[in-house]
Amino acid sequence: MLQILRNSLCFGLFLASFSQKVVADDAISVAVASNFYHVARQIADGFERGSGFRVRLSTGSSGKLYAQVLHGAPYHVLMSADQVVPQRLEQDGVAVAGSRFTYALGRLALWSRQRTLRGQSCLEALRAGQFRKLAVANDQLAPYGQAATEVISTLGLTDQLRNKLVIGENIAQTFQFVATGNATLGFVAYSQLLQPQVPEASCIWKVPSDQHAPIVQQAVLLRRAAEESGATQFLEYLAGADAARVIRANGYDPITQIHSKKY
Amino acid sequence: MPFEFPGMGPLYLSLQLALTTTAVLLLFGTGLSWWLARTGTRFKPMIEAMVAMPMVLPPTVLGFYLLILMSPDGAIGGFWLRVTGDTLTFSFLGLVIASVLYSLPFVVQPLQNAFEGVSVQSMEAAATLGASPSDAFFSVAVPQARRGFLTATVMGFAHTLGEFGVVLMVGGNIPGQTRVVSIAIYDHVESLQYAQAHTLAAILLAATFVALFALYFLNRRWRND
Repeated sequence: MLQILRNSLCFGLFLASFSQKVVADDAISVAVASNFYHVARQIADGFERGSGFRVRLSTGSSGKLYAQVLHGAPYHVLMSADQVVPQRLEQDGVAVAGSRFTYALGRLALWSRQRTLRGQSCLEALRAGQFRKLAVANDQLAPYGQAATEVISTLGLTDQLRNKLVIGENIAQTFQFVATGNATLGFVAYSQLLQPQVPEASCIWKVPSDQHAPIVQQAVLLRRAAEESGATQFLEYLAGADAARVIRANGYDPITQIHSKKY
Repeated sequence: MPFEFPGMGPLYLSLQLALTTTAVLLLFGTGLSWWLARTGTRFKPMIEAMVAMPMVLPPTVLGFYLLILMSPDGAIGGFWLRVTGDTLTFSFLGLVIASVLYSLPFVVQPLQNAFEGVSVQSMEAAATLGASPSDAFFSVAVPQARRGFLTATVMGFAHTLGEFGVVLMVGGNIPGQTRVVSIAIYDHVESLQYAQAHTLAAILLAATFVALFALYFLNRRWRND
């Protein structure tokens, strides 16, 4: 009985030691937007090999990560899927001023897996309007949703498509609507189409990046990590050439002119 | 729409969905519960397990399978599309089907419990007095099971009102059709509009409390009668 008590006490202290200090080890805690998780993992692997630090990734939507950080979540770095959340964190004084930078630009794609569209142009199918549903991400929440709305409006199809729209909460759900055949067409992230196990596409239109405002993904150093040299090193690595290669291979446009940025 | 307050549409839609779902469940759930309470089949534990599953499965699992089943390529969705020319997903009807499945155990279990408490003797007595089986059911079993009906109605209603994961998966967030209150709250939180989220959340909190309070209050009353 005493033994159990002592053990549970030890365990309690063990847990308490976590809440005291974020890192008892050399791990860097990075909160990353869900859509970028698999890319961040590859980048983190490269960084770990070179630096000896370990990187722990937590995921969630940018909005949820924002709420978590605001309420004291133990992250050192936030890699958001937009620029609004890092900006807000900077204004709230939770992020280190001047540490914010763009690490990737998202690319939008229109795709379908409906058999009748095989070999056809997705863009023409969108214009012709002979389909039931078009999936887009919520333009209030998701940068890809905003970009899709913009493209639709540029094409002059806003009114024509209004009754065909179904809205995904995020880009993953939007993708799912098309992948399961519930929506005929959908505006998704081009990077999603490069992932393994994607159902065969009938058509893909990679939307030229000049058709919408850039889908800017920004990272920021959080205040509680200001003393952690590993976190700043990770951000430098993220802005570097190795990371840029990984980012490009995953269907994003990297930003390469930021190397000189000092933290 | 009877409500013309801005931003209240999702609340009205949730109310509509919860009422429809509860009505459907009371209709079909009563039959199923009665049968489960009386049957001697050896498949009973299997059917009970299937009824209880939505209670323990993560809503996203249920939602994902429904998304596949109700898809135009799926068995049910394909049939529906051929018959009606419309898709089941992204429609109010689709949400009703999803909610009926999701809230099924919350209606069937209390009813089954209540029906199991209806004594065989009282049913037989009614039969000897010349009551037809349906007569006996409505004039003997239903009054005896009224607390079960109360619990089933309130739980089915409140559970559907708070539904989120399933609707998120099959709804498509269409205003006036599938954007229910939980989705609207989620959107507000995600887009950092915390004030609007609080307003809707407070109303939902109050509504569920009132419903559950009424349930426990009446339940105690009726037990003491």
